[in-house]
Amino acid sequence: MAELLPSLRARNLSRCYGKRMALEALDLELHPGEVMGLLGQNGAGKSTTMRMLTGNLAPGSGSIEVCGIDLCKNPEAAKMHLGYLPEIPPLYQEMTVSGFLRLAASLHRVPKSGMTVAVAQTLQRCDLTGVSKRLIGNLSKGYRQRVGIAQAIIHSPAVVILDEPTAGLDPLQIREIRALIAELGRSHSVILSTHFLPEAEALCNRVLILRRGRTVFSGQVSDLLKQCTDDTLEDCFVRLTGQGNAT
Amino acid sequence: MIATIAAKELKQLFGSPLAWITLGVLQGILAWLFLNQVDAFLGLQAQLSLLVNPPGVTEMVVAPLYWATALLLLAITPILAMRLIAEERRNHTLPLLFSAPVSLRDIVLGKFFGLWIFLCLIVILATLMAFSLRMGGQLDMGLLLANQAGIVLLAACLAALGLYFSALTAHPAVAAISSIGASLGLWLLDIVTKDLGLWHALSLLWHFERISRGFLNSADIAYFLLFILTFLTLAARRLDQDRVCG
Repeated sequence: MAELLPSLRARNLSRCYGKRMALEALDLELHPGEVMGLLGQNGAGKSTTMRMLTGNLAPGSGSIEVCGIDLCKNPEAAKMHLGYLPEIPPLYQEMTVSGFLRLAASLHRVPKSGMTVAVAQTLQRCDLTGVSKRLIGNLSKGYRQRVGIAQAIIHSPAVVILDEPTAGLDPLQIREIRALIAELGRSHSVILSTHFLPEAEALCNRVLILRRGRTVFSGQVSDLLKQCTDDTLEDCFVRLTGQGNAT
Repeated sequence: MIATIAAKELKQLFGSPLAWITLGVLQGILAWLFLNQVDAFLGLQAQLSLLVNPPGVTEMVVAPLYWATALLLLAITPILAMRLIAEERRNHTLPLLFSAPVSLRDIVLGKFFGLWIFLCLIVILATLMAFSLRMGGQLDMGLLLANQAGIVLLAACLAALGLYFSALTAHPAVAAISSIGASLGLWLLDIVTKDLGLWHALSLLWHFERISRGFLNSADIAYFLLFILTFLTLAARRLDQDRVCG
């Protein structure tokens, strides 16, 4: 893996909100086929990191490269290789699923000739074929989340970034979304944030743990378990992020 | 990309009752005013024929029709424009556009053209009514074209202004009220400041009036174009603030 060009590379990424440091000197490298879990308590800087990596938030300092293209200097070319599902899926309630995916495809510059195929494939991949003609506003939360993931992968980007994709779903939906993410991990590089640690353990090759904007661990889950001499990722997580009065 | 976003805006408009209700109600009001004006013209025709250089049907019927359209656009454009960005911000759908390989310029222009095309549709419907007069007489095509150019430019100005106010907030109603205030202010500037040259020149009404009288002056066109460009640039800058400030 190491000899391959990383799909995503962030160097010394920092961001302040007023006087509050939301993220400090984050370094991150993601290679093709890797699934990275971004872990941390609420307010640790996970969403800030993801918003910066996808061009939704300007970094205070540092650089981001997507497939070797600088996101700040050449945002349009870099964003061609990115797919992003924010914490609240950006869905137009009054559109049908297929209409919305067509819009997402054309916004991501999928050529007209390949659009029908791309939409059909994505519908199938996200198990949305049965609801393709329904209005998004009438779908259940689980289906809406799937539509959110579908818009992020419709253009087959090299990097898919998912912010808490399983939050608020029922156990069955969580299982389905997890299977979808595992499948995505085989063909894309994926970063996902989650509060559900067994999920991170099951899905991710690597984890990056943030505490108040600082990276407290970045590496393989097995290394983390060895380093902390704990039995579970949850124990390690509590040990790393719970020290002091974390907010 | 501009076309994609403009098409999306139009689809959303026509996918809701808003577009149809707007077109229906405006057409009803304009038709009523138009018939009234035709009626008045027919009543006055005998007296007009005694004048040396009598005003024609275009001046008596078509120009007032475009004036009425302009006033209606002033009232409805802020309401149609309020949702453009404010609603997206409120519904958290802006990340879809920000994460896609689309520049801020394209987002702003796409939304602007989407609304402008809809407003032009209202103008086209009014123009069709004006053209129906050709069945019974001659139209002054020069004056008609000047009026059309004036109203289309005015519609673009109001759309750009509405878009800017929509970019300022996450509350569509706040955007609409601010935009109505600003458009009316810029409209009335002419009445309030009768003798002050500079303020006068900033008024939307003053420039529109000059064009609608048939004088297609490059200064007036430049005013409209600069107006549009200024507010579109301000809207794009405000959108960029979302990315910079978070």
